[in-house]
Amino acid sequence: MLKIEGLTAEVEGKQILKGVELEVPAGEIHAIMGPNGSGKSTLSYVLSGREGYEITGGSVSFNGVDLLALEPEERAATGLFLAFQYPVELPGVGNALFLRTALNAVRKARGESELDAMQFLKLARERLKALHISEDMLKRGVNVGFSGGEKKRNEVLQMALLQPKLAILDETDSGLDIDALKIVADGVNALRSPDFSALVITHYQRLLDYIVPDRVHVLMHGRIVQSGGPELAKQLEAEGYASVQAAA
Amino acid sequence: MPAVTETIDTVQSVTEGTYKWGFETDIEMEFAPKGLNEDIVRFISHKKNEPAWLLEWRLKAFALWLKMEEPRWSAVSYPAIDYQDAYYYAAPKQKAKPKSLDEVDPELLKTYAKLGIPLKEQAILAGVEGAGEAPADAGRMPIAVDAVFDSVSVATTFKARLEKEGIIFCSISEAVQNHPELVRQYLGTVVPQGDNFYAALNSAVFTDGSFVYIPKGVRCPMELSTYFRINAKSTGQFERTLIIADEGSTVSYLEGCTAPMRDENQLHAAVVELVALDDASIKYSTVQNWYPGDAEGRGGIYNFVTKRAQCRGRRSKVSWTQVETGSAITWKYPSCVLLGDDSVGEFYSVAITNNRQQADTGTKMIHVGKRTTSTIVSKGISAGRGQNTYRGLVRVAPSAGNARNFTQCDSLLIGDQCGAHTVPYIENRCMTAKVEHEATTSRIAEDQLFYCRQRGLSEEDAVGLIVNGFCREVLKELPMEFAVEAQKLLQISLEGSVG
Amino acid sequence: MTAHPTGHPSGAEGFLHRFEGLRSRLPGARLDFVDALRGEAAEAFRQQGFPTRRVEAWKYTDLRPVAAAGFDEPLTAIDTAPALPPAHGAARAVFVDGRFREDLSQLDGLGYAAANLAVALPRLQGRLGGLAADGAQPMVALNTMLFEDGLVVTVPAGVAAGVLDLVSVATASERPEAFHPRHLIRLEAGASLTLIETATGPSASRYLHNPVYEIEVAEGARLTHARLQQEGDAGFQLSTAYARIAEGGTYDNFTLNAGGKLVRNEIHAVLSGPRAACHMNGAQLLRDGQHADTTTVLDHAAPDCASRQTYKTVLAGRSRGVFQGKIHVHQIAQRTDGYQMNQVLLLSPEAEIDSKPQLEIYADDVKCSHGATVGEIDAEQLFYLRSRGIPEERARAMLVEAFLREAIEGVQDETARAALDAAVTRWWEGQEAAA
Repeated sequence: MLKIEGLTAEVEGKQILKGVELEVPAGEIHAIMGPNGSGKSTLSYVLSGREGYEITGGSVSFNGVDLLALEPEERAATGLFLAFQYPVELPGVGNALFLRTALNAVRKARGESELDAMQFLKLARERLKALHISEDMLKRGVNVGFSGGEKKRNEVLQMALLQPKLAILDETDSGLDIDALKIVADGVNALRSPDFSALVITHYQRLLDYIVPDRVHVLMHGRIVQSGGPELAKQLEAEGYASVQAAA
Repeated sequence: MPAVTETIDTVQSVTEGTYKWGFETDIEMEFAPKGLNEDIVRFISHKKNEPAWLLEWRLKAFALWLKMEEPRWSAVSYPAIDYQDAYYYAAPKQKAKPKSLDEVDPELLKTYAKLGIPLKEQAILAGVEGAGEAPADAGRMPIAVDAVFDSVSVATTFKARLEKEGIIFCSISEAVQNHPELVRQYLGTVVPQGDNFYAALNSAVFTDGSFVYIPKGVRCPMELSTYFRINAKSTGQFERTLIIADEGSTVSYLEGCTAPMRDENQLHAAVVELVALDDASIKYSTVQNWYPGDAEGRGGIYNFVTKRAQCRGRRSKVSWTQVETGSAITWKYPSCVLLGDDSVGEFYSVAITNNRQQADTGTKMIHVGKRTTSTIVSKGISAGRGQNTYRGLVRVAPSAGNARNFTQCDSLLIGDQCGAHTVPYIENRCMTAKVEHEATTSRIAEDQLFYCRQRGLSEEDAVGLIVNGFCREVLKELPMEFAVEAQKLLQISLEGSVG
Repeated sequence: MTAHPTGHPSGAEGFLHRFEGLRSRLPGARLDFVDALRGEAAEAFRQQGFPTRRVEAWKYTDLRPVAAAGFDEPLTAIDTAPALPPAHGAARAVFVDGRFREDLSQLDGLGYAAANLAVALPRLQGRLGGLAADGAQPMVALNTMLFEDGLVVTVPAGVAAGVLDLVSVATASERPEAFHPRHLIRLEAGASLTLIETATGPSASRYLHNPVYEIEVAEGARLTHARLQQEGDAGFQLSTAYARIAEGGTYDNFTLNAGGKLVRNEIHAVLSGPRAACHMNGAQLLRDGQHADTTTVLDHAAPDCASRQTYKTVLAGRSRGVFQGKIHVHQIAQRTDGYQMNQVLLLSPEAEIDSKPQLEIYADDVKCSHGATVGEIDAEQLFYLRSRGIPEERARAMLVEAFLREAIEGVQDETARAALDAAVTRWWEGQEAAA
């Protein structure tokens, strides 16, 4: 599904990714762990097409499509979803309008019919209920005045609505209490299917208790330096990144 | 390429696209000679079969105008206007009323079609016999339209229904003929002939406009509406609108306009006077989309308007809402003089400038009566090389005990070649008054755009969405029918220029 | 040349007349650059005269009382020993009627250069008039035309100069006198200085104090400039300050307008280097019959600069307060962070406030906001305090103090802040005594 080969990227002239190799087959959930500054967030922004990141080499193919050639919205339409570490506030933009506009844009790109306000509301309510999120969230401005936990829930709600094929969770667990963490995990687990994959980027092992990954990769100094099963996360938790550094 | 640069490019590609509603209808016109002198004023008055007092009134205005200097204090710049190089009277030739749309000048129908006016309304606008009596679509508020096609009203609709309520809604020329006592009582009492340069010019040569009188206790059953267009080459437009809401009455008035594409700048200097008596309420909404000129600013409309309301009665209320997306230069300050105790003035504004557009707009709230309140919400959006200025005055007289004002001015910049300016004046001489002013300036943040795009929105849609969010407080003040049109306009002038 | 009738001309003509008479005797008359500056200024002043209210920048302040007065140059006896305000530090420069008094000053062994302008003039070519070069400012032109003295300070790179008092005292006189000091303050890279300025005067004499400041804050330097304006009841003070702040430098100005009949505090600050900062705060505390005007123009002319302005005005009796504040963000000044707040408390039904906060923005990546509020003392707060047993007058005083607190707390320097606090307390006590 997702295949990253020899990916190198720079931010403001500084090389951050130095040849990332990674393959996430359909239906699998992979975790990327690594210390601060290892390039985790850069990888998620490069994959989703944020400006300011210069790709200097390598390729990313997503279901056979050259991801790096696409605009951010086109990437979203192909089924890529990034759950932001710090979701931005959009004052004056209602959450319901925003979600419906986004959903219809993606549906349209996929050749599906657009939903009218009533159809959308019905769908949104189902998703809210399934995620135990209050309906109030629809009425508010996008992320405006949301607590950290609410912002993350809103991200999960969007993911549940947009039904991506690949979800990238960029340190979604940071600053969350256990309840919020469970909501995020439930959101991801609910999407699990043979044609859904996820890339869970995290600093800590904690989230992986709830979203059990098929594979764990360690990103350090812009490269994947070690890969393994879920037990690798536990090992890192116990021994720290220094052990990997030594091994690498 | 950084996101910002791309946004600007998108904006430009949209803006530089041809003005969607730029076209010119080819209808026979009857012109007065070019230029402006006392004889032209007399010609206009004679042509309109006006009573002697009105001619005198016009001549006095003309005499005042001759002594006045063109104001230069606003933050706009433009080449000098040659007032002798324009026509001051132009009217489509009147024919017998057509029996059906088939008999209507096809040029006119094309104009309406391009403007997206529904067929039924086209018939009404074109003056087809009996069209006004057709029942309105289910679920849609009927709108009575007084179309100003160039200077003379082509049609007035829904008359029968309004007459039943005793409401007068007609062209001001008709009102002069049929209700001279009302016109004489109120004309120029809110905006005197010598108020300012453009008001004096308007008073001398106004050719038409709308007149509304809502009798005591009547709640106007429909939105009153006028479409303004500027259509004849070099014809300055000098509409005069007068709305009187008698005690306890309520009216909502919509003004909308689009203009054909032009090579020359055209002057538009309308005067709008509103009078609200005890417990009366007037809502005046404008969507202005005149031709803004090309990407270099050539050929746009000069929109120098004087709009003022007097809340004469206790508990009276006037609410101005405007969405200003067009014109090369917009220069207008819809104002409220709050004379009656407990009267209320409101001003909600969205102004967009793109390419070389300039807008200097705002309001004046003059508090005289006790416990008068005013609210000002202004949203300015600058893109391209546009310059956008909010200029407002809140003045509280010693008599206005416990008066309240709240002002919120927000500016949004798109690109680094434009300017956003805020110039509020607060003059308070009343201890118990409370005045609050807030202003912010910001831009569409890259991370906001990226966030939307990551969710699948195109860059244009993302900008449109964010801009609509930015303007929400103002757009929600518009009547439903207008709100949709206004959002479309934001899409066109910003989606077509920004979004 | 204008022909002068016999008698004593007033207004602009009077000043021009005196300039012609004094030109060859003014300090620096034999220095070509000084004389040339004075000549140009005289020409600018001749053309413009005193600004009228038709000039937008003077819309709310009418200078006709100043123009009508007909001022003379001071004739101060050399041994006049006026009462001086309390000192805030060891170093102090005292000016009596605009002229430096060495006997009352202490500028020795400071570790930086501080001298009076009349003495320092020969070394000031290129520096004098370098910032105050705006010919469109009649009051500045008047100062350039007629200045006699002033303070010249240069703090060398890296020197922490501590506190310097700048004292201006006007003495009682039968005839109206005018003085136009010119102060030049320069902080070199990384230097710091706290300049505490006190201006006082006699209560009955009419006089004009028309100071102009040229302030240069170099890279990483920091100037705290606290101005306590306590001129006499009949005095006029029209001050104009020009400040230029280089990369990483900070200019922290606080002006307290408490005295004078008609006062204008005009500041033009230019943030000329990246990450420069400017704080302009102030309070205007006015009694019956006073008019005070604070006018600020803040130019963001470099990226990544921050500016903060908080001005508070308290108006009692028949007084009039004016605030005009403009933030101008140039196209180059991306990532500007600008904030301005103007708040007014009305204690009297006869007071008047005119406020014009202004934003002029030509860059898109900016965060700029301004706000203005006008109101009386909050009735609920007043009631709350009184219900706890606090007498009404005390409760009012507490609320006025709380209102002013925000602006004073913005002053970083402790000495300056304490001086301001004391000045506010003095104002309030005088206010209560008057009531």
